[in-house]
Amino acid sequence: MFKILKYSFFDLMRSRWSYVYFAFYLLLGIVLLFLNNDLSKAVITLMNVIIVLVPLIGTIFGVMYYYNSREFTELLLAQPLKRPSIFLGQYLGVALSLSMSLVLGLGIPFIFYGLLKSNAIWDFSLLLITGAFLTFIFTALAFNIAMSNENKIKGFGYAILLWLFLAIIYDGLFLMTLIMFEDYPLDKVSLIGTMLNPIDLSRTLILLKLDISALLGYTGAVFKQFFGTSFGLIISFIMLIVWVILPVLRILYKSKRKDF
Amino acid sequence: MKSLVLHIILCLSLLVSSISFSQTVEVCDSCSTTTLKNAIAKANPFDTISIKKGTYKEYGIKVDKPLTIIGEDYPVIDGQLKGEVITVISDNVTIDGLFVINVGTSYTEDYAAIRVRKSKHFVIQNVVLEKLFFGIYIEKSSYGKLYHNKIIGDAKEEYNSGNGIQLWYSNHIEIEHNYVEHVRDGIYLEFSDDCLIKNNVSAENLRYGLHFMFSNNDIYQDNTFENNGAGVAVMFSKKIKMYNNIFKENWGTASYGMLLKEINDAEIIGNTFEENTIGINIEGSNRILYKHNNFKKNGWAVKVRGACYTNRFIENNFLYNSFDIAYNSKINDNVFDRNYWSNYTGYDLDKDGIGDVPYRPVKLFSYIVNRTPETIILLRSLFIDIIDFSEKVSPVFTPDNLLDHNPLTKKITW
Amino acid sequence: MVSIQGLYKKFGKNKVLSGLDLEIEEGGIFAVLGPNGSGKTTLIKSILGMVIPNKGEISVLGKNIKNSSKYRNKIDYLPQIANFPSNLKVKELIKMIKDLRGKTAEDESLIKLFKLEPFLNKKLNTLSGGTKQKVNIVLTFMFDSPLIILDEPTTGLDPISLIRLKTLIQTEKSKGKTILITSHIMSFVEEVSDEIVFLLEGNIYFKGSISELKQMTSQPDFEHAIASILTTNHV
Repeated sequence: MFKILKYSFFDLMRSRWSYVYFAFYLLLGIVLLFLNNDLSKAVITLMNVIIVLVPLIGTIFGVMYYYNSREFTELLLAQPLKRPSIFLGQYLGVALSLSMSLVLGLGIPFIFYGLLKSNAIWDFSLLLITGAFLTFIFTALAFNIAMSNENKIKGFGYAILLWLFLAIIYDGLFLMTLIMFEDYPLDKVSLIGTMLNPIDLSRTLILLKLDISALLGYTGAVFKQFFGTSFGLIISFIMLIVWVILPVLRILYKSKRKDF
Repeated sequence: MKSLVLHIILCLSLLVSSISFSQTVEVCDSCSTTTLKNAIAKANPFDTISIKKGTYKEYGIKVDKPLTIIGEDYPVIDGQLKGEVITVISDNVTIDGLFVINVGTSYTEDYAAIRVRKSKHFVIQNVVLEKLFFGIYIEKSSYGKLYHNKIIGDAKEEYNSGNGIQLWYSNHIEIEHNYVEHVRDGIYLEFSDDCLIKNNVSAENLRYGLHFMFSNNDIYQDNTFENNGAGVAVMFSKKIKMYNNIFKENWGTASYGMLLKEINDAEIIGNTFEENTIGINIEGSNRILYKHNNFKKNGWAVKVRGACYTNRFIENNFLYNSFDIAYNSKINDNVFDRNYWSNYTGYDLDKDGIGDVPYRPVKLFSYIVNRTPETIILLRSLFIDIIDFSEKVSPVFTPDNLLDHNPLTKKITW
Repeated sequence: MVSIQGLYKKFGKNKVLSGLDLEIEEGGIFAVLGPNGSGKTTLIKSILGMVIPNKGEISVLGKNIKNSSKYRNKIDYLPQIANFPSNLKVKELIKMIKDLRGKTAEDESLIKLFKLEPFLNKKLNTLSGGTKQKVNIVLTFMFDSPLIILDEPTTGLDPISLIRLKTLIQTEKSKGKTILITSHIMSFVEEVSDEIVFLLEGNIYFKGSISELKQMTSQPDFEHAIASILTTNHV
């Protein structure tokens, strides 16, 4: 597996797209910090970018990589290699190289800005960790979609739909549900609803840092326990890990049964 | 005029008498006087009582003549939890450098570590109070000074704890450089006018850091109110001036940096509201000027609960608040002008430092959260941004005329 | 060498292999033929474990291949369309496959044989189809495995390389290896193969030598023999 991972990773690290992705984040970091000169504002803008763009890029890139490397995959399949390790290796290769572009692209300008001495370092690290998690989750989801759809166009379509659903539509339905049932106690429901969508989950995790003052304004006991203690942070991280593990398990399951 | 002349004469005569006739009574374990009570009984008016280092188990001490009571190296006056410790009932009393502990607790009487009743021209300074019920209680007194006192309570429940510094029907009191923590209300003013509250720190109190009721023409400035149960409450008062205070980290459901209720004609200038659930909560308050305040990282910078008219918000910084302004009605009679809003996304083509597009500080989402509080969990979601944008373009739920027509593009400094 | 019993495979509603039995002895060159959609590629991919059968058993070198990957150490496979990771250089690809499968020294002589030296430092996406196929061939033949599977090996090759490929196949055969080939070029099949496996509608229609095939169809040459099978079966 690690050999596959190594080759997929180096293959991707040399591809044009990795550079574009890396350059994009580098530029974003520089523009936010050096033109704006306001760390708090930069962190808020970054959060919006991370919870919207990272999943989109992870999904598109994952699907694209899978379809583009089909022949290579077939070459590997004929080698004495275990199937799960081939797909896991490729998946990790994509997810790792995307995460690295993100972390380095944003990290470098922030280090030059003198972030290490600033107390925004925790907010920022949390942003990067969440971004990396989102990359891993959405690349895994993309692999799932691509493995289940031989047709490229269909695969891309589903991938975009998935992103659209989780990034926007889900929250719309969520909001409507909450407003419709506003007479009932909803704090548990709303927390569960958040856990079921990795984008919402990541957003909540970042809210814990950026908007804790507002979150504590709500009366519900469950909310209070969730946001007022480290409980929320721990649960959110556990859920993010679950969100990585589940699609990866399905990749492994699917890889054992798929025909090429 | 007549009273003023009298006043001056009185002061002068005091000065003269204290210089020419005053004697010093010493109190210590091995002195001829071993208790403060005896020393007061022995002393003549305008004498000085000097208390040496040691522990004095006394309570119910009545200071009934003008005396200066000075502790050397903080002698401990231990009330043994039996009742009030020192009660001042004479004018011109100075208490300096005492360490008072173990004030009695009662449900029927407000025992204080030091109480001043119906007196004038008192000074209480450098006093440390611990294990207390009420700290310093000023009752129907005036022209007093409270400087450099430190009050450290251990209050757990609101119903059986008292306030740090309490003023009741007392005017012209100066409260400066005091430190109050872990009591019910840090500083409490009721029916007290023309007071100055300056450079105090009030932190981690159960209820309010500072609590104003029916008190007019007071000034409070350069104070820090931090991490109190519900922040600072200013209620039913007129012409209060609030300058350069810091309100920090007041978190919780019914918690705010400052609560304004039925406040008219106040000036709120140069204050910093940072990381509070609600920066300022306004109810039924009119003609207030908000100028040069910093609202930073609050849940809601300003929450307007209705019946607030002709308030002006001018040249404030609204920085990274989850919500800048929240309204619960569609009617607006307040003015927002030349503020800096970090959430402003407009442009400034003519480079005059004023954004070319007006800023709309009330978001649709704040209206939704007000209605269904659980939706707060969707804060900063892309979907919310989209509906906020549509509301910004054509307001349906939020006040149509609530606009800052001259949003600044740079943070204001003053 | 390869033994297949009762192999079934469906893709959706489409039955591709229906109860196929096949026994391939050790040594010699076997050509798998059949019209489009007769299941040639599916058969080969089943042997390689790339297609998972619905039913039936496959053993390679006496061992059931189900849930196993190690047996592929004994197989060299030349895939039909060679598309490699585009950002790798030829050299790196060869190194990588060696890294994945184990050491070999054969690669250098093969590179010389197909005159690939000038391309070693080129990225794979800059190569022509024929050159890619040559790289593909090098990757296949550089390991010394008892079973070689070639899927359309002649695609894109120039005449000289074709001759070299044929010699290569013969040398491997002379080492006593078993070689399985699919091809649409009948002359190539006729020239190299010892035995024909003819697939029709997911089953084996004919298995035997070319002369036996000619006899059975009473046709003078191989190409017509194949054609007659197809016409009599209305394919």
